[in-house]
Amino acid sequence: MTATLAASPRSPARGYWIGFAVVVALLLIAPLVLPPFWQRFVTEILIWGLLAMSSDILIGYTGMVSFGHSAFFGLGMYGAAAALLTIKPPSLWLAILYGLVGAGAIAVFVAYFATRLRDIYFAISTLVFSQIFYVIIFTWTEVTGGENGLTFRQPALSILGWSDRFTPTTFHWFALAVVLVSYLLVRRITRSPFGMVLQSIRENEPRTRAIGYHVERYKIVAVMLSGLFAGLAGVLYAIQNKFAAPDFVFFVVSGEVVIFNVMGGMGTLVGPFAGAAFFLLLREGLSRFLTEYYLIPVGIIFIIMVIFLPQGLLGFLRRRLNA
Amino acid sequence: MDQILIQTLHGLVNGMVLAMVASGLTLIFGIMDIVNFAHGDLLMLGAFVGASVLGVTGNYWLALLAAAVVIAVLGAALQVTTLRPLIGRDPLTTILATFGVSLVLQKYALWQWGPSVRQISEPVRGDFTLFHLQYPWYRIVTAILAGLIIAALWLFLKYGKFGIWIRATTQDRVMAQAMGIPVPLVYTAVFAIGSAMAAASGVLFGPFAGVTQTMGFDFTLRAFIVVVVGGMGNLGGSILASIFVSLLEAYAAIVVSPAQAVIVSFIVLVLTMLFRPTGLFVPTPK
Amino acid sequence: MLVLDNVDAHYGKSHVLHGVSIEVRAGEVVGLLGRNGVGKTTTLKAIMGMARRTGGRITFEGRDLHGVPPHGLAGLGIAWVPEERRIFRLLTVLENLRTGLDRPGVTPARREELLEKVYAYFPILKERRNQAGGTLSGGEQQMLAIARAMVLEPKIILLDEPTEGLMPRMVAQIQEIVHALHREGVAILLVEQNVPLTLDAAGRVYIMEKGTVRHHASSAELRADQRVIHEYLGV
Repeated sequence: MTATLAASPRSPARGYWIGFAVVVALLLIAPLVLPPFWQRFVTEILIWGLLAMSSDILIGYTGMVSFGHSAFFGLGMYGAAAALLTIKPPSLWLAILYGLVGAGAIAVFVAYFATRLRDIYFAISTLVFSQIFYVIIFTWTEVTGGENGLTFRQPALSILGWSDRFTPTTFHWFALAVVLVSYLLVRRITRSPFGMVLQSIRENEPRTRAIGYHVERYKIVAVMLSGLFAGLAGVLYAIQNKFAAPDFVFFVVSGEVVIFNVMGGMGTLVGPFAGAAFFLLLREGLSRFLTEYYLIPVGIIFIIMVIFLPQGLLGFLRRRLNA
Repeated sequence: MDQILIQTLHGLVNGMVLAMVASGLTLIFGIMDIVNFAHGDLLMLGAFVGASVLGVTGNYWLALLAAAVVIAVLGAALQVTTLRPLIGRDPLTTILATFGVSLVLQKYALWQWGPSVRQISEPVRGDFTLFHLQYPWYRIVTAILAGLIIAALWLFLKYGKFGIWIRATTQDRVMAQAMGIPVPLVYTAVFAIGSAMAAASGVLFGPFAGVTQTMGFDFTLRAFIVVVVGGMGNLGGSILASIFVSLLEAYAAIVVSPAQAVIVSFIVLVLTMLFRPTGLFVPTPK
Repeated sequence: MLVLDNVDAHYGKSHVLHGVSIEVRAGEVVGLLGRNGVGKTTTLKAIMGMARRTGGRITFEGRDLHGVPPHGLAGLGIAWVPEERRIFRLLTVLENLRTGLDRPGVTPARREELLEKVYAYFPILKERRNQAGGTLSGGEQQMLAIARAMVLEPKIILLDEPTEGLMPRMVAQIQEIVHALHREGVAILLVEQNVPLTLDAAGRVYIMEKGTVRHHASSAELRADQRVIHEYLGV
């Protein structure tokens, strides 16, 4: 993906699309050539990448660090669970709808605070909010299943009348389709005038305000968008794994999202996917030798990247991708 | 009535321990604008070191001292290696860096001490009787010790050459440098002091609930809340806020489960940020 | 002793100093005049390592200041009295002085001596020694800023607009202090807008305009021919 971009200065847009097509093609055939474990792995990279991309809207484009994306993700999961458990027969599209509504509701709440708080205070409050939701979900056992969470059956993939059960391969393609559509949508948005204003807010908020932009409104929309796509990732994860659990609302998930963003490259939209892949591969590789201690070297790598490579793996593409 | 009395004691005692943790955090933030995500994990490591030293020597006080010293050195090393290179960069990067440190410290503790809960036996046995209620002596002792340590910190800052250097650097780093104050050294020393206080808090808190490698996160979260509510960089404010929030939580635990009582502190934070963002215990800036 | 040789400096993205060359010899009082915004303060900041030097050299007693960390300048003998005074507002007067007194290598006896010396120069500071710096009046803060620099026992003091905003009586007091410091052999680089005071105190004067030095003459010459002053400062 990156090699072709660097090689064609004449028409960067064409290089980009070529690279893009190559990656999509690889992802399409992945489930057909990879063994089941790796097949699942690639699907998971897509889902986590989507979550990290949603966070990139805030961190990379608007300059707002969120430590609370696990809340949106978790609400997406539980929203989907709600649909799949209460409505018979379980409907894929309703699961998505409920998940988005759940995540969206939280996003509205967080968005309100986004506009009143700057930088560190916003970051801390997102952390606190996700913890509030964690506690509520963990202790409200009657509704959320408490620490055991909820399990449910996977809905069928039904499009325009045709319906069939998911197989790991068809789920992968479904997830890929969702992620592609999301990516293209977000890309369109960030390259639009709206997206330019967001970046301007990131660069110099007081100046953007002085020019006359209603910064609060832009931030609210940014948070909503971010929350919705994060919730969508949660829905996908819930459907893939057939459960919703409070662990995914816990801070650790938010932390990992931030790691994916930083490692992959903020403000690129594709960086988060690379970051997710990089982290998950490292985890996979290192945990064979180090079991759960893989986080020690990975954590150190993360710290080193923050200090010496803050733009992340794909950060050098930032200008090209957002021109 | 009994419940309220017991909970008041709980609140005060927990508040004092939290105040010690928050003091270190707010000192670090006040002087170098660093939000130390790993603060609670320094507390956790201090507790583990304390537990180990206690296991070897059987002496609680030695364990307390050893934990403070070891973690102070660790804190200084961390500051020099990971935070000094970030001076002058976007404050966001220090949050990220300390977050990374937090992860590494937690897993290191798991590797070094294993997953089982360590115990720190209380320094003083027996209960103290208030009216007809029993309350463990060691908790009172903990609160008093925390108070003494905070007072010592305050005295250190107020008098003494180093205290002046710290206060001058906090107020105007550039001018402090112009006066020849070695600011990089001051930064490292302050981070070491904050780390030592966190570590000591960990040992003090050890007997309450045992030592695990995830115990730090709760403290980090609460300390953040309290530092914001008390006014960032405001030592007196964070102490008052610690006691205030801990008391509220303790009272809430009468009505709801302790796991849910935590939400009280979150609500206080949210309200503070909405209506008095500079801090509840800070006079309104004119 | 202090030599700026063709110094360029940037503040953020703007190029604020262009080829500034200034010299202050040991024990000299040198004036730096110019309108607002011409780069006088930036010149001092460049010496103190606060503006980004992008060209030329700054040396003190032959030693290039480039590698010296900001907190090392006081130890070399360079003291700074900034335009805004920058008193540590929450520290008492005495604590403010102590930031300079508590240097390594100063015996307690010497500290007492230095303290008594500045109290002799500025009795009001002795009176207010336990008061917070922020509660002092403008003139008192200026005196504290100068006293703070004095206790560093510097070889040179960078004095930035010491008389700005002060009443005439205080201005006269500042003038006396500058004379006294000169008698003690302390060099002074005096940035000012007050022309008569500068011509009286300084032996040589540089005049800056638009980030560069336009004119350099002795005070006697400038006093004799007022046209130069008129041209650059409009007074």
